[in-house]
Amino acid sequence: MSSSFTYQFDTPTYKGTSTVSTGLFINGKFVEPIEKGTIEVLNPVNGKVITSVAAGTAADIDIAAQAAKKAYKERWGLKVPGAQRGRMLNKLADLLQANADEFSALEALDVGKSFNIARNADITGSIAVLRYYAGWADKIQGKTIETNEKKLAYTRHEPIGVVGAIIPWNFPLTMLSWKIGPALAAGNAVILKPSELTPLTALRICPLFVEAGFPDGVISVVNGYGSTAGQALSEHMTVDKIAFTGSTLTGRKIMEAASKTNLKKVTLELGGKSPSVIFDDVDLEQTVKWVSHGIFMNHGQACTAGSRIFVQAGIYDKFLKAFTEHALSLKVGDPFARDTYQGPQVSQTQFERIMGYIKSGKEEGATIHIGGERHGNQGYFIQPTIFTECKPNMKIVQEEIFGPVAAIIKFTTEEEAIEQANDTLYGLACSVFTRDIDRAIRVAHSIEAGTAWINCHNSTELSVPFGGFKQSGIGRELGEYALEHYTNVKAVHVNIGHRL
Amino acid sequence: MAAKSIHTKLFGRALLSFPSRTLYRSSHTPSTMTSLSARIVIRAANRELEVPTGLFINNEFVPSADSPNDLIHLVNPATEENICSVAAGSVKDIDIAVTAARKAFNTTWGKNVTGFERSKLLNKLADLIERDQDILAEVESLNNGKPFKIARDFDIGDSIQCLRYYAGWADKITGQTIEVDNKTKLAFTRHDPIGVCGQIIPWNYPINMWAWKVAPALACGCTIVMKPSELTPLTALMLSKLIVEAGFPPGVVNTIPSLGSVGGAALSMHMDVDKVAFTGSTVTGRKVMEAAAKSNLKKVSLELGGKSPQLVFESADLEQAANWACLGILYNTGQDCTAGSRLYVQDTIYNKFVSLLVSKAKELVIGDGFDEKSGGGPLVSKTQFDKVWRYIESGQAQGAKVALGGQKRPGKGFFVDPTIFTDINANMDIVRDEIFGPVLAVGRFKTEEEAVSLANDTSYGLGAGLHSNDANQCMRVSSALEAGTVWINQYNLLNNNVPFGGKKQSGIGRELGSYALEEYTSVKAIHWNFGEKLDWPL
Repeated sequence: MSSSFTYQFDTPTYKGTSTVSTGLFINGKFVEPIEKGTIEVLNPVNGKVITSVAAGTAADIDIAAQAAKKAYKERWGLKVPGAQRGRMLNKLADLLQANADEFSALEALDVGKSFNIARNADITGSIAVLRYYAGWADKIQGKTIETNEKKLAYTRHEPIGVVGAIIPWNFPLTMLSWKIGPALAAGNAVILKPSELTPLTALRICPLFVEAGFPDGVISVVNGYGSTAGQALSEHMTVDKIAFTGSTLTGRKIMEAASKTNLKKVTLELGGKSPSVIFDDVDLEQTVKWVSHGIFMNHGQACTAGSRIFVQAGIYDKFLKAFTEHALSLKVGDPFARDTYQGPQVSQTQFERIMGYIKSGKEEGATIHIGGERHGNQGYFIQPTIFTECKPNMKIVQEEIFGPVAAIIKFTTEEEAIEQANDTLYGLACSVFTRDIDRAIRVAHSIEAGTAWINCHNSTELSVPFGGFKQSGIGRELGEYALEHYTNVKAVHVNIGHRL
Repeated sequence: MAAKSIHTKLFGRALLSFPSRTLYRSSHTPSTMTSLSARIVIRAANRELEVPTGLFINNEFVPSADSPNDLIHLVNPATEENICSVAAGSVKDIDIAVTAARKAFNTTWGKNVTGFERSKLLNKLADLIERDQDILAEVESLNNGKPFKIARDFDIGDSIQCLRYYAGWADKITGQTIEVDNKTKLAFTRHDPIGVCGQIIPWNYPINMWAWKVAPALACGCTIVMKPSELTPLTALMLSKLIVEAGFPPGVVNTIPSLGSVGGAALSMHMDVDKVAFTGSTVTGRKVMEAAAKSNLKKVSLELGGKSPQLVFESADLEQAANWACLGILYNTGQDCTAGSRLYVQDTIYNKFVSLLVSKAKELVIGDGFDEKSGGGPLVSKTQFDKVWRYIESGQAQGAKVALGGQKRPGKGFFVDPTIFTDINANMDIVRDEIFGPVLAVGRFKTEEEAVSLANDTSYGLGAGLHSNDANQCMRVSSALEAGTVWINQYNLLNNNVPFGGKKQSGIGRELGSYALEEYTSVKAIHWNFGEKLDWPL
């Protein structure tokens, strides 16, 4: 047995109690970590400790990996028909649905995001992803391939085996669902390592795995630091695949670890510096809303954040004025207040990192149009910030900031916009705003990115693949495409009469 | 020519070859140390021909930009004679080739050319290879050692089909349109070419591996910097000439013979290479992946080693099973990543099957590739020869019983005869490691369960075979075997439309079939809002 903590919510948007076990969830139950380490979970609103959770290390990862392998071989994988896997995923979605408010409150508490947004976007989206992949579970299909009359060839898309999933702190439950949805649908066992900053919803969901009927060992949740638990997972010889969402720096380490151990398969969803390109002919009112959603959603803590905003000269002044008004209208404050749009950044480290970028923007000669300061005097709040007069080589234009900081750049021609939009190591997303259909297609096709939004931004769909070009990652999540990354193709050649 | 008669006298039907420098004095004199071509003579075919020996960049053969004196000397493994020397590409040459490939991708290839046009060019290339199949097969045999007829009818015949197969795909690269909201939003995907691909291929099937790599990459619209094995670069250079003749724009395919530690490493580390496709050893595969992780996170597909099992159950047609088992381990003299190098036989038929197997294996003649009697050629190099012998000696030292072979041949050439070990155990090196030679380890099992467990007791997962006349057993066992390819009552026969690749440490990704197209495309999702109004604030 391990300990738990209870939190009493008495807020304008949510009143209730949540009890969360704080151990490691391995083989269907909560256990204490071998090395007895703990991690303090802080409330980003005020920096105070909410609770401590168990910190897993290599020894715990090893136990989880053995449990997962055993479960995969004996009680999961090819032993359980897809229809049954689908029912369990749907059941899990039902259970989440039944507890949606509590999950939203935990997410709001832990990440600092607005309760209402967590409820309508994060939790609702996670439930939808689980249901979407529940539907795929009995539709994992190979091909039969015509060769000649003396041979039957077909492919089986088998589960890969034990999957390590390492997820970030910006959308904890959503990223959990993006990983476990397709992994479990395809029949893999999963070891999930949540971010050490935001472990709560991943712990709270563990009892629901049991209740939904997943056999013990099929899903384990091992909290821990990236440098210990994450590293151990990446290096583990029994883990057949790692799916990672996080920074490009860590993504490299995971791929390197895979190359030096058992050549486990790797998919990476990494950073971005996504451009929004706004042409003269746009619907200004709608464009401003979408662009604002692009950069300020989740306090700028989104890998697809539209952090470079290219505006055509003819509409530049009008856009800047309207965009500024919008940014200033964003309510920054308590995540549980009814009208809050933006809460605090997730941690002191992130806060300092973002403030460091704001400082460097000023030093390199960009102009702070609005914001640029801390909001309030406690917690990790930062004012929505807009830089103008940005130049291509500035750090705020080149590097991922992961905060509510927009860099606005004026352009004249379409060609120039495309060239600047592509002047980045990243290639996660982009958006194009125009009413000209030819131009919309041309620009969307020319920008090197895995997602191109036309007249919208950050409008992700669970049925549409998501992933990066260039240094934004390897592989695709969501949609049918994600299934390729959780299956191993076996080609079976059956000789039916070819005599040698 | 004096040298010719001496060679004829010493080696009879063996091919004759000259060091390039001698020949250059008698033909056109090169202006630098690097010759851009060499004259070689293939005695058995009574043919003398000029082969390119430079680096192939932008549809031209050129010397190395910064190290024109660095040459790779090629050896005929049947005679240990020099064939000729080719330019050894440097890091700088790789960079020049990548620049050429990038330029072509951005201007004359990639999204600038239709799939229909790419298809036509690929079909034309296949036609040209078919036209030149005899010459190509002769040079393949000369450089690699494999029998001429096998090179022509299997390696090249299959390569032509592979090119035509992917020519058919070139105008059928499709994305999905995805229903999200029928009123305000349309989403669709484009499968864009990845861009500049580095391709690093091995020496065991030089032309065939070239085709497996080049065909899907070009069909998808990628451009290529190809690094053939330093042991067998000649046919890749000859194929490069056909690239020009087929009409591919300059820079679409570039060929840089180079050492793995130079050209291979440079490609893997290059910041402007979007993908590396590698076939070769697991050790090198790791390095390629590590380099990708440390540079620009280029996409990586790896086809690596294997220690593939074959299972013979008591219900099998033993005669046929023995034939396929022999093909499995002896084809290409065992220099095959899917070589069925571990054979497990059910105990009820063990003695009968092993004697059948030994008698069949004995029938294979390993000899000069131009000798019509040869079913297999020499190993490719002295290094491989020594490595295989180290394993044979370790098998003996570790207590396995030699049922066939185990004797070194006198004379020149890297010939190793079929070797069969019995009385093996799971810890022996010959059971655990990839040998890459005609060396088979035979073990026995009682139950199906034991057979599957023995078969899967390996870090590799490339191929596997099972021989049984029990349909239920075939289905059960093929499902349980951990491998990317499973043959039932067959072995080692691949089809261009059936995917190929490894589980476990045998690799990442799939070649062949429609599956290979995924490895050469980047999926872009386009979300088109045509009426979704954003409420503000949320």
